[in-house]
Amino acid sequence: MRIEEHPILTFERGKELTFYLDGEEMKGYEGETIQAAIHANKVKLLGYSSELKRPRGFYCAIGNCSSCMMTVDGVANVKTCTTLLKEGMRVETQKDKGVLR
Amino acid sequence: MRETEVLIIGGGPAGLCAAVSALESGASVTILERNRRLGGQLVKQTHMFFGSKEQYASFRGIDIPAILLEKLEKYGDKLRVETDCTALGIYEDGVVTALFGEERYVKYLPKAIVVATGASEKALAFENNDLPGIYGAGAVQTLMNVYGVKPGNKVLMVGAGNIGLIVSYQLMQAGVEVVAVLDAAPKIGGYCVHASKIRRAGVPILVSHTVTRALGDKTLEGAIVCEMDEKFNVIEGTEKRYDCDVMCISVGLTPLTELLGMAGCEMKYVPELSGIVPARNKAYMTSRDGIFVAGDVSGIEEASAAMVEGYLAGLHCAAYAGYKSENFAQKVEDLEGQLAKLRGGPSGAHILRGIQKNVKED
Ligand SMILES: Cc1cc2nc3c(=O)[nH]c(=O)nc-3n(C[C@H](O)[C@H](O)[C@H](O)COP(=O)(O)OP(=O)(O)OC[C@H]3O[C@@H](n4cnc5c(N)ncnc54)[C@H](O)[C@@H]3O)c2cc1C
Repeated sequence: MRIEEHPILTFERGKELTFYLDGEEMKGYEGETIQAAIHANKVKLLGYSSELKRPRGFYCAIGNCSSCMMTVDGVANVKTCTTLLKEGMRVETQKDKGVLR
Repeated sequence: MRETEVLIIGGGPAGLCAAVSALESGASVTILERNRRLGGQLVKQTHMFFGSKEQYASFRGIDIPAILLEKLEKYGDKLRVETDCTALGIYEDGVVTALFGEERYVKYLPKAIVVATGASEKALAFENNDLPGIYGAGAVQTLMNVYGVKPGNKVLMVGAGNIGLIVSYQLMQAGVEVVAVLDAAPKIGGYCVHASKIRRAGVPILVSHTVTRALGDKTLEGAIVCEMDEKFNVIEGTEKRYDCDVMCISVGLTPLTELLGMAGCEMKYVPELSGIVPARNKAYMTSRDGIFVAGDVSGIEEASAAMVEGYLAGLHCAAYAGYKSENFAQKVEDLEGQLAKLRGGPSGAHILRGIQKNVKED
């Protein structure tokens, strides 16, 4: 799901990184957000709403709406649309409100 | 506590231009930008801008921030730019709190503030509108043009204003199929040039149509689209199903005014300016002394107008902080003239009606 050819833009991608979504190994690039990397791996579902447990994806991609929150390296409610991907990150689909550690 | 004479919140076109004119007036300036790069909405606009030459018409939006940053370079230590830094609150005593990265909190005590936080995308109410795959059109633009990732394979675009049309075209440039563009209004809202490009590519633009339901279990698989009558009621029996894995919602933006509301600035609902906006005077100052506004945060318009408003707010704000620019009156008159020219057309007349409701005669 990556754009390989574009009439106007060229994408200079950073170093390839490995991360894990619910335990499954995936690849992304340095300099991109967690959500962009997940999306490039063809996954749209990022979590569930806390009350009605409805599936959630991203909506605004610039940190306004909080629809993309996931648990990252054990920390709940991370806005994945503005947080950068790091090598070895463990990202989990968030199923409830999350707790402070 | 960090000191700065002028603090600018938001590093989009409005904030950057406010910085230019505040620095030119002699004030020291700090810009806080929550993103990792400056430029606001411009960083994803790959199309040629319209407007007038002073505001870089016929440049691509993505190339404009560099031009503005070049104007800022010569000020050296008088300017501090903090990216990945979100302003969190403006307090009664004028202190502004900011979050650097994820955990470092910093306080500022500026003499004057320009809030230029821009806007956020509106959502649309219909059954299952929260399914993953239903995204803001600007969000899809960020995903594609900043990160080089496709949102999906088949996109239904809801909204035929300029953003809906431009993002539809950019989706095609990225190699994504657009199944249709629809709009509830009986007429296309965006410019003809953009609409023609899309039609030429064979994508239908359906006016007087809306989406009533999204289909899918965990992610979007399709949508039910209906025709609407002139009173915007759905016409029974016109349901059609479109297969799509992405739906873009492009039904307008609304000012991002939380900081101003919390700061106790007087707020007003002005439909022509697309939502709740801070009341201001002709010098771009809100009801709170020393807090100024510019750009989309005080009414949704265009980057061209946001830049000119930024220059104006920067001049007034610096003057408030004790740095009245040389030829102040002349500069203000020039810039106000540019704004009047930009607002000369029919959409400008609409904005001017809103501004009239919102701007106090000193
Ligand atoms: C698809 C599309 C096409 C467009 N085409 C055109 C065109 O052809 N011509 C034209 O003139 N205009 C166009 N525009 C409109 C133009 O992009 C906007 O009007 C303009 O960017 C508004 O500028 P601004 O500085 O007010 O806000 P923004 O560009 O939104 O910048 C606001 C900045 O503030 C930051 N911010 C917000 N809150 C905080 C906080 N609490 N702390 C720190 N920073 C914060 C944001 O991260 C952002 O960088 C288009 C817009 C879109 C979406």
